Amino acid sequence: MSIWQCFIMAFKSLSTSKMRSLLTMLGIIIGVGAVIVIMALGNGMTVYMNDSFAAMGTTNISVNISGRGSSRTVDVDDMYEFYDENSDLFNYISPTVSAMAQVRGEDNEIYTPSIMGVSEQYLDIKDYDLSSGENIRYLDIAQNKKVCVVGAFYDHTVYSGNAVGQNIKINGENYLIIGAVEEQDDKTDENSIDNFIYVPYSTAARYLARNTTISSYTLVVNSDENVSQGIKTIKNRLYETFNSDDYYNVSSLTEILDIMNEMMDTMILILAAIAAISLVVGGIGIMNIMLVSVTERTREIGIRKALGAKGKHIRTQFVVEAATTSALGGIIGILTGIGLSTAVSKLLQAAMEVDITAIPTATSIFVSFGISVAIGIIFGYLPANKAAKLNPIEALRHD
Amino acid sequence: MITLKNIYKIYENGDTTTYASNNVSINIEKGEFVAIVGQSGSGKSTIMNIIGCLDVPTSGTYLLNNVDVSTMDDNELAEIRNKMLGFIFQQYNLIPKLNVMENVELPLLYAGLKPEERHERAMESIKRVGLLGKEKNHPSQLSGGQQQRVSIARALAGNPSVILADEPTGALDSRTGREVLEFLQKLNSEGNTIVLITHDNSIAKSANRIIRLHDGKVVYDGPSDVAEATVQAHVSFDEDPLLNSKEGGNET
Ligand SMILES: Nc1ncnc2c1ncn2[C@@H]1O[C@H](COP(=O)(O)OP(=O)(O)O)[C@@H](O)[C@H]1O
Ligand SMILES: [Mg+2]
Repeated sequence: MSIWQCFIMAFKSLSTSKMRSLLTMLGIIIGVGAVIVIMALGNGMTVYMNDSFAAMGTTNISVNISGRGSSRTVDVDDMYEFYDENSDLFNYISPTVSAMAQVRGEDNEIYTPSIMGVSEQYLDIKDYDLSSGENIRYLDIAQNKKVCVVGAFYDHTVYSGNAVGQNIKINGENYLIIGAVEEQDDKTDENSIDNFIYVPYSTAARYLARNTTISSYTLVVNSDENVSQGIKTIKNRLYETFNSDDYYNVSSLTEILDIMNEMMDTMILILAAIAAISLVVGGIGIMNIMLVSVTERTREIGIRKALGAKGKHIRTQFVVEAATTSALGGIIGILTGIGLSTAVSKLLQAAMEVDITAIPTATSIFVSFGISVAIGIIFGYLPANKAAKLNPIEALRHD
Repeated sequence: MITLKNIYKIYENGDTTTYASNNVSINIEKGEFVAIVGQSGSGKSTIMNIIGCLDVPTSGTYLLNNVDVSTMDDNELAEIRNKMLGFIFQQYNLIPKLNVMENVELPLLYAGLKPEERHERAMESIKRVGLLGKEKNHPSQLSGGQQQRVSIARALAGNPSVILADEPTGALDSRTGREVLEFLQKLNSEGNTIVLITHDNSIAKSANRIIRLHDGKVVYDGPSDVAEATVQAHVSFDEDPLLNSKEGGNET
């Protein structure tokens, strides 16, 4: 008797009590569905995270020199010298001086943008283009000029499209707007990323920052593969000066991203494992129903045996029936999981405005289908074996 | 064809020992129609289970078609049942969720026949019992007599050496019962070997030969058309010299 015959028999048997079959499958359906949704969401979040990081620049390396307590130091000139020596590794460098200041535009309103003291390469680092005006020049930096490049929020909203050439008050002092950056966010409001002002780093250090020494830098390596090499080179240079790694910190988004990806994977795995417990519970449910079914069908088993069914025929019949039940449950679970993933994606996009698309992975689909079939076989074996061992005379007497 | 030699089936239950078969020796030739009769508890089912290879004797030998089946294991017995025996039960024992065709096909399925061959042979069998056109019906849609005919078709499908009928008329009204018996006689006249098990003497008479059991022993073995054949076993046969002499007799 072929496995195909067993399948036909199993389907017949399952379809005679549809409600019961469905309830039997429920544990598997929930388990598989949950695993698919969790994996899909995790996958979507990882993709989202990686995309966001890529937009922020995965080739960027941040350097932070505290130098506190050390008599030696690495200043801007040292860093530029280092950058020039390693031009085969780095594309851009900019000191970064962040400042908090109140800003008053021509509309007399007060704003608190993100103010950054940067070099002329910073727009390249951020991959921003100017919509009008000019970039900060080397001369502006050398002469600590009070000039600035503003985000689209100021150009569009505060200065109604003609910011360049006008003054803006930062901490009460006039700064000449020499350039405006194209909008980066559809909304371009006060809370968007378009609310920023770049000034020469020397100007920021002198007039706007609390601490006048420049201690932060952003360097950009020329490719993703060179991130760790870049970090190593910078660290070596700084160690040369400080003879200790206590006085500086070198990090990159790639490093952080790697750690976050790892954490994410672990979390997904743990959640999926928890969901998979439901599969085991589902398996036990199947075993339970199969045991009931064997008892109910004792007479049928007796008849089959009297007509020449061997133990293995009966065992195969019941194992295939259990496996078919759980496989069907698996398929329904997979479809439910895919449906739920889509629904959750839509919900996240609608409610939280984040573009996370929960994509069910092919691996999770195949693996969870395989696991559901395996569960059917494993948990179906005990009842099937019980059926196979029934004595035909006693089984025939059963009613 | 069937040779039982000194068959014992002994059940031990605590300190009571039951000789369900007590030194039974029977010889049945090909083409015979034999009825095994006896009161309830006389050991009919026990001997029928042994002949039907559903059970093995405690001791003694059973040769079926000159093959010793008394020491076979479960799988070998299943194969013998499949190839050589056809069962007709009192309760029909059809599988309710399968239709007539599928029920009749069952023994062929376990014989490993290909679907087309299975179908063909099952069809032939259904035709023989006169149920053509009912292949797609389920047992619950048939009368008792029709259901019993399905079970006969199923027994015939595997082309067995022996047909074993255990109280085949027990669940039928007398007219339908008579039809079934006539059908068995017809099958016998076509060359089939039939062993009929019954507690009813009038039914046993449709066979050519009667084997009467009492307390697990054979107390009569001979033609069905003589007076002793239908003697009710009210007396203890151990004390009856005439019948006692027949014990274990298988001179046919
Ligand atoms: N499994 C068993 N265990 C113990 N005793 C049994 C068993 N099967 C049958 N017997 C006994 O064997 C005897 C013969 O039983 P059985 O063959 O069923 O008789 P019949 O079919 O003629 O009514 C009875 O006394 C019965 O109680
Ligand atoms: Mg009986």
